[in-house]
Formats: sequence, C-alpha cells, structure tokens
Amino acid sequence: MDADDLVILEGVRFSHGPRRILDGIDIRIRRGSVTTIMGPSGTGKTTLLRLIGGQLRPQSGRVVVDGEEVPRLPRRRLFELRKRMGMMFQSGALFNDLNVFENVAFPLREHTALPESMIRDLVLMKLHAVGLRGARDLMPSELSGGMARRVALARAIALDPMMIMYDEPFTGQDPITVGVIMQLIRHLNDALGLTSIIVSHDVAEVSAISDRLYVISQGKVLDHGTPQDLERSPSAWVQQFLHGRPDGPIPFHYPAPDYAEDLLGPDAT
Amino acid sequence: MNQQRILELSVGAFVAVGLAALLVLALKVSNLAQVNRDGGYHLTARFDNVGGLKVRSPVTIAGVRVGQVSDIAVDPQTFEAVVQLVVSSQYRLPTDTSAQIYTAGLLGEQYVALEPGGEEEYLQDGGEIRLTQSAIVLERVLGQFLFNKAAGE
Amino acid sequence: MNLLVRLGAWSLGSMQRLGRGSLFLLAVLWRLPGALVQFRLLLGQLYSVGVLTVQIIVVSALSVGMVLGLQGYNTLVDFNAEASLGQVVALSLVRELGPVLTALLFAGRAGSALTAEIGLMKVTEQISAMEMMAVDPLRRVVAPRFLAGVLSMPLLAALFSAVGVFGGYLAGVGLLGVDGGAYWSQMQAKVDFYGDVMNGVVKSVVFGWVATWIAVFEGYDAPPTNEGVSRATTRTVVHTAFAVLALDFVLTAIMFGN
Repeated sequence: MDADDLVILEGVRFSHGPRRILDGIDIRIRRGSVTTIMGPSGTGKTTLLRLIGGQLRPQSGRVVVDGEEVPRLPRRRLFELRKRMGMMFQSGALFNDLNVFENVAFPLREHTALPESMIRDLVLMKLHAVGLRGARDLMPSELSGGMARRVALARAIALDPMMIMYDEPFTGQDPITVGVIMQLIRHLNDALGLTSIIVSHDVAEVSAISDRLYVISQGKVLDHGTPQDLERSPSAWVQQFLHGRPDGPIPFHYPAPDYAEDLLGPDAT
Repeated sequence: MNQQRILELSVGAFVAVGLAALLVLALKVSNLAQVNRDGGYHLTARFDNVGGLKVRSPVTIAGVRVGQVSDIAVDPQTFEAVVQLVVSSQYRLPTDTSAQIYTAGLLGEQYVALEPGGEEEYLQDGGEIRLTQSAIVLERVLGQFLFNKAAGE
Repeated sequence: MNLLVRLGAWSLGSMQRLGRGSLFLLAVLWRLPGALVQFRLLLGQLYSVGVLTVQIIVVSALSVGMVLGLQGYNTLVDFNAEASLGQVVALSLVRELGPVLTALLFAGRAGSALTAEIGLMKVTEQISAMEMMAVDPLRRVVAPRFLAGVLSMPLLAALFSAVGVFGGYLAGVGLLGVDGGAYWSQMQAKVDFYGDVMNGVVKSVVFGWVATWIAVFEGYDAPPTNEGVSRATTRTVVHTAFAVLALDFVLTAIMFGN
C-alpha cells in the first residue's frame, strides 16, 4: 500500500503566528490518481500544497513525497525533488518579461543543457498538448486568464514531472475555459502517467474528474473517498458543502452575542 | 534576435559613454594629464616663507604647468620651509635653476615658478634647487613701502 | 510611557529589518559570481537599470551644470575671479553633486522600478513559481539586478559630472563670456584626479551598493499585496535618500575632512 502512495501527510499541524491553520491532517495520494482537496476559502488548502512542495515546514507531522521526508530534506535534495513536481498557480504566475515560448522553455533552460533545437521541439510539444502552439510568440499580458493557465500548465509539465499540483485551477473562469481545463487535467494525468493534486472549492467540476476527494474544514479532514462515497457522506457538514446550502452546521452568522441583547443591551444608545 | 541586438547595442553604448565620461573627468577636468606621478621626479627647494603655498599647488616653467607641490614641511634646525616638488620627467632642469613663489593675480592662488639657468649639468631625482625667492607677503611689502616713504620724507 | 513603548517597538523593528536586510545582502553576495556567468540576464538588467536612467541623468546634469555656471559666475564676478568658474563647477560636481544627485535620481528612476518589479513578481506568485521549479529566485531574479545597479551607478555618476561640467561651460563661456581657455585650465589646475575625481568615484560606488541593496531588499521583503508593494516602492526612495545623504556626510568627512 505504501509504495502506491506518492504523497503521504500524517498528523500535519501548521500554524501561522497564533492562528492554527492545519490541525492534524492525514492525506494519502495514490500514484496515477487525480485527488482533489476541497474546503471553504481560507482553510489552508494552498498551505497544504506549499507543505508538499517544501516551501513551508509543518510544526509537527510527516510530509512524505515519493519516499522522501520533505521537511527534512537539505536544500539541494529539495530542489532535486521539486524538479519532479509541477505546480500550476492560481494566477498562472507566468514570467511577464518572457513570451509564451520562453516561459515554457524556462525550466528546460534552467535545468538541462539541451541544444536549442531540442528545446524548441519539446516546448512546441508541450504547447501543442495544451492547444496553444500558435500562441508561442504572445506575451503573458496578451493572454486571457484561461490561456495563461494553460501556458502555466505547459510549463509545469515541461520537465515531465511525476506529479502536478493545481491551486484553484477553475476560479474566475468562464464555463468554456473551465471545461477545457477540466479536460486537460484528466487527459494529461492519464496520458503522461502523472499524479494530480487539485485544490479547489468548485464542487461540481472537480467531482467529475477526480478519483478521490478530501474535504477539509478548520484544519481537519472531515471526510474522504470517491465522489460517490462523499455523496452518501453521513456528515451534515459535508452535505452542506457539497450542495452549497446556505444553512447547516456552518452558520451564516459570524459568532456574535445574542441579537436582541446586542440591539437592546447596555451599549445601545 | 533583432531585439536582443538592440539590447546589446544600447548596453554597450551605455558602458562606453560611462567610461568615456570617466576619461573626460580624468584627462579634461582633472590634472591627471599633466602630472604623470610615476614618471615625475622629486626636487627640494627651501624658502624663508612660502606664504599661501599648499600641497598640490602648481609648479610652472614660463607659466606652463609642469608639476606640483607634493609636500611642505619646516626644517627643525633652520626653520626654513622645505618644499617638495614633483616635476614631469620630460623637463630636465639645469642645476642653477631658480624657484620663486608667485601669486596668480591679486587674489589668485600661489604657485612655484621655476626659471632654468644655463649650467651643463642637470638636477637629478631628489636634487635641491639652491636659488630660491620666497613668497611676497602683502603686509610686508606694504610695510616696507610705508617705511621707505616715511624715511624718504 | 506610551511614547517610550512606541520608541522601543520602533527601534526593535528597525534593528530587525536591518538584520534581515544584512542577511539578505550576504545571500545575494554569495550568488553574485553566478550572476556574472548569466551574462544575458545581466545584460537585460543593465539595460533597464542603466540605459533607461541615462536620459534623466543627462537632462538633470546639464541643467545643474548650467545653474552652477550662472550662480557661480554671479558670485565670482564680484571678486573679479570669474576665471575660476571652471574650478568651482567641476569641484562641486565631481566631489558632491555628481555622486549624490545621481544616487537620488537613481533611487527615483531605477530603484523604485526594481522594488516594484520584484514586489509584483511576488504578488503574482512568480517568485513562488520559480522556487517550485527548483530555481533559486535570489540567483535568477535578485543577483543580476543587484549587480546591474552596482555597475551602473559609477558610470551614471561619471556621466553626470562630465555632462554637468559641459553644462557649466555652456552657461559660463557660452552665455556669460568667461574665457574658455581659463575655464578649462583653472579647472585642470585645481581638480586633482586622485583626490577629487577618484574620491567621487568611490562615493558613487558606495552609493551604488547601498541604493541597489535597499531597492532589491524592499522588493523582496514587501508583503505580497498591491498595497505592500506600493509602500515598499515609496520606502525605497525615502530610505535611499536618507542613506545616501548620511553616507555622503560620513564619506566627505573621511575623504576631504583632512
């Protein structure tokens, strides 16, 4: 079982200053699967990705990627490991002083000594895979949001990584773009034999393409399983989240003193 | 590719202009062109009074700058001012060269004027100029003038 | 009481920033040899830091030089010493105005741009993305910019002084009729290459380090929000101005204080 799991998080706790963001998270991500981590905004989903990528260290717990304890890796080994990870950021994070071609070529130029002709071939292949071979000469400022994310995806797979992490890939995109990105994630995962981790709160979209889902809230994993499993989840909380009901265990009101008391109490003038 | 060339060209031009500016400062603005410190040789001259002469004051021959004052000290025995001069090596001075301290204009700076003599032999590095005439101190000249006037009447 | 607490907090905060800034500088210095090798990156930064600053330097230097010529002439002519105009203009520029004004203009033009650029790379997660691609942003982003700033400043300062001297010539000789020969010869007689010109160059080198250091540190240290970057950009200009003026006093005292 262990060998099948590419990423293992065990009892991970992480605090930012006095605020506890993750409070004992256990997640296992199987090789070759598309796993989505869902939860309301501000529950530390992006923090999870940064822990997996080694940009943050947990206060306690284990983060294991491909058999290596990420928080304990020395810098050089960590960088070696990161070459085998791709990440697509929410905004795309393209380098805006480089054009599309050079953005995708960036990891190749930095980490390999390939001849220019081979770099060109590789970049065009990656761009073709995301359908943007014709956009190679555009600058990032000339791209739409969806195109920028697809270029970022091409850049993330430039070094043929073993896994890709997607940080909110659908946020703020039109339905067509969402469909295209969904297709791409699933297709690339299966065609290239990747392992994909998606962080998102777009329930319908990710349910359609994910093998497994994790729902986290307030620093804990509430439930996990296949999309069908979660559909039948006994947790009222998970039901509320999945179906987007305004009422349920997550209150509409921020914690406050009693309404009547607040209006009529001693502070009222 | 073309853009890369423009980039390279403009950076090249920038560096060239910057270095040229430095060269202008060295050769046109400052005295680097006139006194080649390595090539210059040292001479000593003793004066009763150097007036307002300072280190780096010019040394001239026939009004043309040929060197500068490198050091001014007082001889503890004779209480004379010992002035070190650096003169560009291209000017070889006879041993009977004389040195005077003059003022450029009424309020101008003071400088050492050298007047080459006619000897066959030349001053070597570290040599001493024996014939010197001190700076003219304005108060003393005025005092002498008034004294003479008074004595004449 | 409250005031003392605030003073204490402020001092601690400043010390902490200075400490972080110093560690940052060390980390960047460690990567400078690498930056020298990445010649293409350095070239691009020399363009945006150096070449793009030339315009403001030349225009400012010309006007400062001409004003020095006019004002100097007005003062000197009372003493019948207008022949010394070249010396006055050149010494002011070479010793003080060249390095100092160049550093201040540099902070406004290139320093603020460096801060904003690096800060925005943080906001748009480009720095983060680079780290995730196993590329060290200090080497790839900061070191070439730092090196470009350090190399550009002395060149810009020399340019400022040279153009300023020419501006003084235009005003003094061209407009006011000072003798051209006297302008140059008095200048050459009184400006020492080692004592004046080289000391000015040393100043500009020091300013180059400090101004670029502040600019890249503020950018790299900025909170990754739009507000954070705009504040950092302002801080770059203000802090560079303070640092340059204070250092100028110290350097002047050491070099010319005798």
